[in-house]
Amino acid sequence: MFEKLSYLTLQEYWWVIVALLGALFSFIIFVQGGQTILNKIAKGEDEKDIIIASLGRKWELSFTTLVMFGGALFAAFPLFYAVSFSGAYFAWMAILFCFIIQAVSYEYRKKPNNFLGQKTYEMFLFINGGIGIILIGVALGTLFTGGNFIVNDMHQSHWTTATRGLEAVLNPFNVVLGLTLFFLSRAQASLYFLHNIDHKNIQKRIKAQLRNDAILFVAFFLVLVAMLFALSGVGYGANGFFVQKHKFLLNFLANPILLVLFLVGTLSVLYALFIALFKNSRNGIWFSGVGTVLVVFSILCLLGFNNTAIYPSLADINSSLTIQNSSGSFYNLTTMSYVSLLVPIVLGYIIFVWRVMDRDNITSDEIKSDTHKY
Amino acid sequence: MDSSLLVDLSRSQFALTALYHWLFVPLTLGLSFIIAIMETIYVKTNDPQWKKLTKFWMTLFGINFAIGLATGIIMEFEFGTNWSNYSWIVGDIFGAPLAIEGLMAFFMESTFFAIMFFGWNKVSKKTHLLSTWLVAIGSNLSALWILVANGWMQFPVGMQFNPDTARFEMKNFFDVLFSPVAISKFLHTISSGYVMGSLFVVGISSWYLLKKRDVIFAKRSIIVASSFGLLVSLFLISTGDEAAHQVALKQPTKLAAMEGLYDGARREGIVAFGILNNKRKIGEKGKDEFLFSFKVPYALSFLAYHNVNSFVAGADDLVYGNKKYGIEPASAKIAKGKKAVNFLRAYKDAKKNQNLQKAKSSLKEFRIYEKYLGYGYLNNPKEIIPPVAITFYSFHIMVGLGTWFLALFLLLLYFSMVGKVEKQRLLLWLGVFTVPLGYLAGEVGWIVAEVGRQPWAIQGLLPTKLATSQLDSSAVGITIALFVIIFTVLLIAELKIMFTQIKIGPKES
Repeated sequence: MFEKLSYLTLQEYWWVIVALLGALFSFIIFVQGGQTILNKIAKGEDEKDIIIASLGRKWELSFTTLVMFGGALFAAFPLFYAVSFSGAYFAWMAILFCFIIQAVSYEYRKKPNNFLGQKTYEMFLFINGGIGIILIGVALGTLFTGGNFIVNDMHQSHWTTATRGLEAVLNPFNVVLGLTLFFLSRAQASLYFLHNIDHKNIQKRIKAQLRNDAILFVAFFLVLVAMLFALSGVGYGANGFFVQKHKFLLNFLANPILLVLFLVGTLSVLYALFIALFKNSRNGIWFSGVGTVLVVFSILCLLGFNNTAIYPSLADINSSLTIQNSSGSFYNLTTMSYVSLLVPIVLGYIIFVWRVMDRDNITSDEIKSDTHKY
Repeated sequence: MDSSLLVDLSRSQFALTALYHWLFVPLTLGLSFIIAIMETIYVKTNDPQWKKLTKFWMTLFGINFAIGLATGIIMEFEFGTNWSNYSWIVGDIFGAPLAIEGLMAFFMESTFFAIMFFGWNKVSKKTHLLSTWLVAIGSNLSALWILVANGWMQFPVGMQFNPDTARFEMKNFFDVLFSPVAISKFLHTISSGYVMGSLFVVGISSWYLLKKRDVIFAKRSIIVASSFGLLVSLFLISTGDEAAHQVALKQPTKLAAMEGLYDGARREGIVAFGILNNKRKIGEKGKDEFLFSFKVPYALSFLAYHNVNSFVAGADDLVYGNKKYGIEPASAKIAKGKKAVNFLRAYKDAKKNQNLQKAKSSLKEFRIYEKYLGYGYLNNPKEIIPPVAITFYSFHIMVGLGTWFLALFLLLLYFSMVGKVEKQRLLLWLGVFTVPLGYLAGEVGWIVAEVGRQPWAIQGLLPTKLATSQLDSSAVGITIALFVIIFTVLLIAELKIMFTQIKIGPKES
């Protein structure tokens, strides 16, 4: 089946999968967003326990989706993995450390004799949700704005700046992307809590928190979209690489389906915020979830289609990476495409478990009677 | 790139993070099945004592699982951050198992973990039990794929070098998946995890019996864990035998280091224990290999090649060659490797200059010497032998401990069956003190596998020194320091939490 596809189609198929994983990750990081508003919406230990329990049953999904996103990039586009991770060494290491400290914090936070104390583990969760998510946004931004690398004809790469990726935080587009992701994760966390928790005081505070985060998210998102449309990108053709003005706007116009997905997604997120803030609806998370996936998916797809570099080189334009020059071999992509047929099964059992675990909303009574709690 | 300090630091960082990660993985692999067995008994008997048992071990499992997860993500990142040449040159083969691991195993583990820990009152008993089994299966599936990837590094199959992309590309996925080295490595590694899980349960339960508390709980735990431990120890020994056989066939330099063997011989004996003579170096014939040793005659020839008359090559045979047994000297391989490197360069230059005829002839020559490509980056024939002392002692410690674990399970099971286990205080203390030895055995096992593979990242194809990222040594130094700090802090936290939960015991958990 897959072996009949062209090499380029397989490369596009795998970019679509990577984009989908990135989009799903952007949704599931409501977990991280929730970690950053823990102290704002919960007063007292009982309320904190409720928030942590609500997030704690989902945090591993966000962690695993990130691992899967990295794994898919490594397998399908190994040159991107090799160039970016080694080049932007300090940026990726900083992200890594933000996620190492998350993984232990839920389990260890309230365990007796936990060495660092509850506050430290809660600070770890805040760092993970704050610095971790902003840096991931910055790293994703470099796919659009580029990195300082050179690749030789043996496909060995080196980075040309001593700051090893940390310089990416000086690029306004990268920073705006990071902050957009950060406020989106917080707004979605509030929408998730509204849906998932039955607790009067918490619900009240969530509303106030959501209002603030929604305003900031929408503001940063509008700036981001304006910057994206104004941004020059790197295109390529028979004569090599070239800088193209308004590359991503042009890509949208060349792919009307992506534009439709983007618009529908944006409206869906805005609708979610509207019904949560003004209609007392508790179902905003589903609209914002679907909307986020559509928007991020369409934006990431802009990179993989229409002869666009997925990682432009600022040091040497001819070293820029594309889905064609950085991918796995035809055989490898074909083989993995068969494995990708498992995706619906995986999504199926995730949905099943999600439904089972969230059938009843979380209440104080449930948390108090729970035999294993974070 | 070929800066020895950078290579040493990159290796140190990977060794540090991998060995640290391996402090937690075996327990996840083994304890998950033991918990699943206990919960199965609970569902079958409906006896609440078994539920209490299951939940207690599940608490300890959760503490260990969290830090295992935290350290697992580091490996994935490090392939890109510190081993970028490796990621490109072999990513086409290595990346696929890693991605499949994420899709097939990680999601299963992390999704059903939620039901396993928080779903007791939300799903039926049977659905809960199924979830516990799926977490155990997911953990072990994860081990399958990463060990397939590691097995391929030990014995690369199913691929071909593509000079245009300058990398190895996969040609047969099933050759990679069903490689005998990968299969034996997987079975040996997961069974070591099962043994570790059993030792953990036996050790803590022994401590309860010594303290005369939670006696019924501890006795039941010992019966389950020592039965499971005994079975899997036998399996561990048989898979170890097969793994060593594969090493003999595919990595003779590693076997020579494992046995401290410099002068190869027919009907070679195996060293049961011995102390290496540090003065015996490669090429210094006439000096004894050991200051002291006890050998089991013929055993190495038999175990390595299943024939007592077979010849086992020593380090000197592999470096200087042995005509009688058809072993090519390493210097000849290096010379051919350098030709491969030069013809590859000539091919690339000719392509760049659009000299198609020259490109064609260079490629033809390259294909002749291609299989020696990795040797072209070595400078000294002696480089092909891994560090002998660390490989030898690690291997013998691992084997010795594995044998002791079998004896321990056997004795504990026997005394449990005759109802006298709580009276065997010495045995119970041995059970307690064997827990750290289980960790030690796992760690030295990986040292044998990875140090024994040197100087190669991919056996015979890619030297480790060529696989690193082009980084400043100082950058790697900084991250090593950060890893040391965070690992130390997290380990102290993990141990304190674990010991406290053990002290609290099953009653309150």
